[in-house]
Amino acid sequence: MAFSQFFVRSLIALVGMGLFFPGPARAADLSDDSVSILAGNCVNCHGPNGLSLGAIPTIRGLNEEQLRSRLMAFREGRAAGVTVMTRLMKGYDADQIAALAKWFARGETP
Amino acid sequence: MTGVSRRRILGSLAAGSVALAAPSIVRAGAGSARVVIVGGGFGGATAARYLKLGAPQLQVTLIEPAKRFYTCPFSNLYLAGLRSWESIGHGYDGLRGVGIELVHAQAEDVDTRLRTVRLSTGQTLGWDRLVLSPGVDMRWNALEGYDEAASLLAPHAWKAGPQTQLLRRQMEAMEDGGSFVMVIPENPFRCPPGPYERAAMLAHYFSRHNPRAKILLLDAKDNFSKKGLFQQGWKALYGDMIEWVGLTDDGLVTRVDAKALEVQTAFGQVHKASVLNVIPPQKAGFIAERAGVVDASGWVPVKAESFETQRVAGIYALGDATIAAPMPKSAFAANTQAKLAAAAIVAELTGRVPPVASYANTCYSLLAPGYGISVAGVYRAEQGGIAEVPGSGGVSPANADAAFRAAEAAYGESWYAAISADIWGR
Repeated sequence: MAFSQFFVRSLIALVGMGLFFPGPARAADLSDDSVSILAGNCVNCHGPNGLSLGAIPTIRGLNEEQLRSRLMAFREGRAAGVTVMTRLMKGYDADQIAALAKWFARGETP
Repeated sequence: MTGVSRRRILGSLAAGSVALAAPSIVRAGAGSARVVIVGGGFGGATAARYLKLGAPQLQVTLIEPAKRFYTCPFSNLYLAGLRSWESIGHGYDGLRGVGIELVHAQAEDVDTRLRTVRLSTGQTLGWDRLVLSPGVDMRWNALEGYDEAASLLAPHAWKAGPQTQLLRRQMEAMEDGGSFVMVIPENPFRCPPGPYERAAMLAHYFSRHNPRAKILLLDAKDNFSKKGLFQQGWKALYGDMIEWVGLTDDGLVTRVDAKALEVQTAFGQVHKASVLNVIPPQKAGFIAERAGVVDASGWVPVKAESFETQRVAGIYALGDATIAAPMPKSAFAANTQAKLAAAAIVAELTGRVPPVASYANTCYSLLAPGYGISVAGVYRAEQGGIAEVPGSGGVSPANADAAFRAAEAAYGESWYAAISADIWGR
């Protein structure tokens, strides 16, 4: 009984968020420290705290949903005029990408 | 808990009672612990900054002989005349400014029982965690005839510094129509695409200053990083100036005569050079050996989830010195390894849950101004070690147009500015 209640609640929550993707990392598993590590991979091109110092785009302070959609488009090979980002974003699942979008949209720092 | 009793706890740590003392650190908080880092390059300097970011009360000491660190990334652009020497140098004021203690000395020995490191100044420092990011050392004489004295005649220029400047002077002085010979080692070695980017940057220089010059690459292997892209770019940009000879075609050099500027291959062919650049086989920087963390290969095996060494608990290793394949020995890789190790150390010292490991790499190579290519990958810890996330990574497309190559050239420059600022603060 307890299990099935939990299952139904979880399913409702996941469907409600539109976030039901297979993958090893669930959003709930992504601690702030773990997201900070993922973000650390981004900033050594996109600049400290996501503020670029050159031709690579700044990602800090972008609209969260726009950034998430853009990263998902990279991941799925749907974005035009892309160099390295498709190759990189294929290494992250939808939950990780959503967490990164939130991180940079909020202007988080490590 | 008072400062005095904290120090007493650290004293007991230094005496080697690791199992008893570790929980005490958790109770005392990270503020009472000291992390010593050896090596102020891409791995070590990143670790120092991110340890301090993660736990401001932590005592972080960075040991690095150089007061100004010159980077191997972009040193090929210096050779080409596209970057000034000082533009690839970085000081440590930015790290000092965030509270990191800098000690400009050579780390000479590690006592893993007492948990100390001895410096060239005679000073001995105690540590609760030690991070080794010593880069590579050359295996002198692994290639017959190539030792440190030979490197003053036939530079490797595989550590940015006087060797790089010596090679540049030799390029400038090379006779008209001379032959530049580069000897390239078997894997693993620092910066897998580096020799091939260097070939392009040499060709860029010679095409302006010595257009009849030839560049001969003698390689100990048949395949190399971004091979198709390099060969395509060399041809398109420089015609026949660059000739690459792989293992199968007698590219393996087995003997070097630095005085005569001659090399001999496995099948006995002798090549005479006007300028000879020998990139020899390498191993982890010697302090890793002193700490007892290297294996028979000469490199440091590490735990995939933390970069703690497999051989000695409490000692972490980063970057080119480690066995981290399929991650390459690159600056970007060392930077992401350092961020993970710093977070793992802070988590351990403060009793927090360690973060899930994630690493990445992107290496840009410049073939000419406005012509760049890249290789990328995303990695994670699995049971058997580090693994590339399936489906991720790869190299730039072979059929890309000029705009694509120009974008990657600009992104390479943007990357260098970003990672330098991320580490040294500018």
